[in-house]
Amino acid sequence: MQSLGIDVLFKGKNFARLLEGLWVAARVSLISSAVSILLGIFMGILMAGKNRIIQGIFRVYLETVRIMPQMVLLFIVYFGTTRVFGWNLSAEYAAVIVFSFWGTAEMGDLVRGALISIPKIQYDSARALGMDEKSVFQYVILPQTVRRLIPLSINLITRIIKTTSLIMMIGMVEVLKVAQQIIEANRRTSPNAAFGVFAVVFLMYFIVCWPIGRAAAYLEKRWAE
Amino acid sequence: MDMEIIRQYLPLYRDALFLTLRIGWYGVFLALAIGLVCAMIIRFRIPVLRTIVKAYVGLFRNTPLLVQLFFIYFALPKIGIRLSAEFCGSLGLGLLGGAYMSETLRSGLESVAKIQEESAESLGMNRYQAFRFVIFPQAVTYSVPGILANVIFLLKETSVFSTISLMDLMFTAKDLIGMYAKTLECLTLLVIFYLIMLLPVSLLGYVLERRLRHAEFGD
Repeated sequence: MQSLGIDVLFKGKNFARLLEGLWVAARVSLISSAVSILLGIFMGILMAGKNRIIQGIFRVYLETVRIMPQMVLLFIVYFGTTRVFGWNLSAEYAAVIVFSFWGTAEMGDLVRGALISIPKIQYDSARALGMDEKSVFQYVILPQTVRRLIPLSINLITRIIKTTSLIMMIGMVEVLKVAQQIIEANRRTSPNAAFGVFAVVFLMYFIVCWPIGRAAAYLEKRWAE
Repeated sequence: MDMEIIRQYLPLYRDALFLTLRIGWYGVFLALAIGLVCAMIIRFRIPVLRTIVKAYVGLFRNTPLLVQLFFIYFALPKIGIRLSAEFCGSLGLGLLGGAYMSETLRSGLESVAKIQEESAESLGMNRYQAFRFVIFPQAVTYSVPGILANVIFLLKETSVFSTISLMDLMFTAKDLIGMYAKTLECLTLLVIFYLIMLLPVSLLGYVLERRLRHAEFGD
């Protein structure tokens, strides 16, 4: 039985390089998640409001982002806008723009959903107790919304992490690209390295996303009334 | 925007669309089959298999399709499993989708009220009959919106097929941009062709969801 390439990972700095690649993907995910959550909260509050025009605009935005594969959006921003408007955009900026644009829409929809899922009786009861509008929101609506929202936004973050693997397609050197480079460089000494290296990348994503998903499931269960 | 260029490129995109649809639909059917089997294994609490299914669902829901495809296409041949690119595409999509479908179907099965099963049994049905004629049809009704959302998700995910050298829409666009630099035309066609593929499914999902909600609550 020939070696399946696990040894290649421990040669030189290979494993550290792989982790660096993972960090590149993680950095894009983290920045995009942060932007998405902040803008998404803002958008969700606007969407839950009564203004029909704002609702319509966000609806169109949301459906447009939802129906297009993220890869197409990435191509439009990275190749399309740079050509049409003639600006320079690094791959990382393009990635952050696209994933934030998409994440904001999804987050906005989650916030809207959480806000309108609070039964009207909660507002009425709080008012009946003599609370003013600010207290109603602060002590009754907000805590319930946040509880519903946190597990859902954690799941959105894992989706963003998984989707950032696409940045390889616009030439960013992230974990998959590094894996390919390592395999290429060791083609002669270890022709089967692809198995071990890709298996490790597979596991890396799992090790990152699985605990986050579990945390979301745990919180959801704990906070369910 | 150059209309002549668009006319020239149209057949290329059309072929790519057919390829994407073919692999995509095989993938979706595979996903449904895997999802159904997994959901039933969990429902009937079959020992051992249940643990395997849970591990599989966890593994495939927490990794990107791109990584899964790389593993199937580049890593498996090293241990002697050689598959064609098209088959890898469908298989990867099917495995990813199976994990999502099984969750959707499982929660569909769970939302059928317990009393339905008890009533079926009190009518003298055995466990199989109760599942086949009472539980399953209702569970499918509950699951349809989720299933269609998964189908759209899977069809969108086909956009990574170009990495395993399948000439899908993404591949065609990237290739043409690289060769002739007609970026605007290529990207416009790309968007239009993805809309042709995804809009009907999306609309179907919308209509069915309304219908089902209507069916559930009656007239």
